[in-house]
Amino acid sequence: MTNQEMLFEYLLRLGDNSLILGQRLAEWCGHAPILEEDLALTNIGLDLIGQSRMLLSYAGEVEGKGRDEDRLAFHRDTQAWRNLLLLEQPNGDFAKTMARQFFFDVFQYLQYEALSSSKDERVAGIAAKSLKEITYHRRHSSDWVIRLGDGTEESHEKMQTALNELWGFVPEMFDMDAVDEAMVADGIGVDVASLRPAWDAQVNAVLAEATLKRPDVSWSVRGSRDGKHSEHLGYILAEMQFLQHAYPDAKW
Amino acid sequence: MDVAKTDFNDLEEAFQAKIDAEKRIEPKEWMPDKYRQTLIRQMSQHAHSEVVGMLPEGNWLTRAPTLKRKAILMAKIQDEGGHGLYLYSATETLGISRDEMFDQLHTGKAKYSTIFNYPTLTWADIGAIGWLVDGAAIVNQIALCRCSYGPYARAMIRICKEESFHQRQGYEIMMTMAQGTKEQREMAQDALNRWWWPTLMMFGPNDTNSANSAQSMKWKIKRQSNDELRQKFIDATVPQAEYLKLRIPDDKLVWNEERGHYDFGDIDWNEFKNVVSGNGLCNRERLKARVDAHDGGKWVRDAALAYAAKKAARKAEAA
Ligand SMILES: [Fe+2]
Ligand SMILES: [Fe+2]
Ligand SMILES: [Fe+2]
Repeated sequence: MTNQEMLFEYLLRLGDNSLILGQRLAEWCGHAPILEEDLALTNIGLDLIGQSRMLLSYAGEVEGKGRDEDRLAFHRDTQAWRNLLLLEQPNGDFAKTMARQFFFDVFQYLQYEALSSSKDERVAGIAAKSLKEITYHRRHSSDWVIRLGDGTEESHEKMQTALNELWGFVPEMFDMDAVDEAMVADGIGVDVASLRPAWDAQVNAVLAEATLKRPDVSWSVRGSRDGKHSEHLGYILAEMQFLQHAYPDAKW
Repeated sequence: MDVAKTDFNDLEEAFQAKIDAEKRIEPKEWMPDKYRQTLIRQMSQHAHSEVVGMLPEGNWLTRAPTLKRKAILMAKIQDEGGHGLYLYSATETLGISRDEMFDQLHTGKAKYSTIFNYPTLTWADIGAIGWLVDGAAIVNQIALCRCSYGPYARAMIRICKEESFHQRQGYEIMMTMAQGTKEQREMAQDALNRWWWPTLMMFGPNDTNSANSAQSMKWKIKRQSNDELRQKFIDATVPQAEYLKLRIPDDKLVWNEERGHYDFGDIDWNEFKNVVSGNGLCNRERLKARVDAHDGGKWVRDAALAYAAKKAARKAEAA
């Protein structure tokens, strides 16, 4: 891979993370447990879609084959997607949505904090702008993990189950492959493996306050950096890409 | 002589005098019980409509054709939820809680706008809703900005600004489709065909059949009649449809030079009654979605309350 191809790949990973999670949050629209959360979830989803647009537009420019944000979002099949497996997992109940969000928010905050001093000015700019949003996302999901964990017996149990169910998707976030290494060497990307201790510290602190146990599960899955996904992604794409595929000549 | 009755008459007279003098009524002031009940009914119905209205548009959020359209639609739906929240708060000033209002919605005692019982079948419906439904809402709500009840009037002033954004964005979707491929033009025309008449019904029954109108006008809850508002909407919208080169599905629609308004065909009120009384395609789904969200979310709200109580107790203990 050339440096340009690696940067393209790297930007896809970032952009796809935001888009797939934003798409999942859109599914909540009108169905949240309280009206304030309908607003919060659309607000967060909107931030994520915004991030993905900036990142995918830039990815398209770097690639130089004339693909814009929509070409990339609506005309790639599952194996060309680079979002973390965690983010394509179904919403489940509100506890599961919050667990997924919390794991990612803490990760994304650390990742974007580092990216905001990237040597690539465009990446640094996007990261710095997004960091303000992510600060709010992280507070929002942390607060809910604490409320549900230290709320009622029922909510405690649901929150603990949600953490346990998603814990095996956590290690993948901190994987490093050749693309990550090259981006770190160029001063563009982040050494995500090095973020794990900080992530653990933040997550442990919230879990302690929430009276929740740090999950102890024996499994973990990975593969999104190579386009290996769960079955869920195909359905997300089938829904999201429907109009563009049904009417390929149309402009919207 | 009945002293209590005289006092009451004095109060009511003073109240009406205040309204006649174009003064706003504020929550803590005396008001006739019927004024209060009328407002609770109208404002809660409006709030419910904002919230139920999130569903037909949310139906296309995951399928929006471009990322930009997805973001715009998401922001619009978020606005509508915000309008709901704002209107619930305004209604609470009349002495009813949000939970009581939800209960009325979920048991069918309170209504929401019938327009949201129609399905959104194609992407053009998202354009048509923004253009027509938000367009009609604006006409209604501009009139309500001068409503005699202060909190309602102020809510409307704030909301109207966002609604005009929504209308422009909806019209822009229609424009893109009307100028698009053959299939897109057909979708746009089909959406107009399906949404036109239900939108006209949003203004309510004809003035001659509107039972509550006279009193509402006297109290200046309403400032213009249903038919006046409907005419205003039609006059503003027909040229917009012409510009799109789309045909409004009404053979009787014609400019009347003498009146300075468009004449239009008869509204099929049987269709309206039919949908209001439960025979729309989506009545059951819409209500079920709200009930499920509320009932299914009870454990979350309970947890938030329990946590807040624990936190307060710990704080008291520490103090
Ligand atoms: Fe609204
Ligand atoms: Fe409205
Ligand atoms: Fe609106």
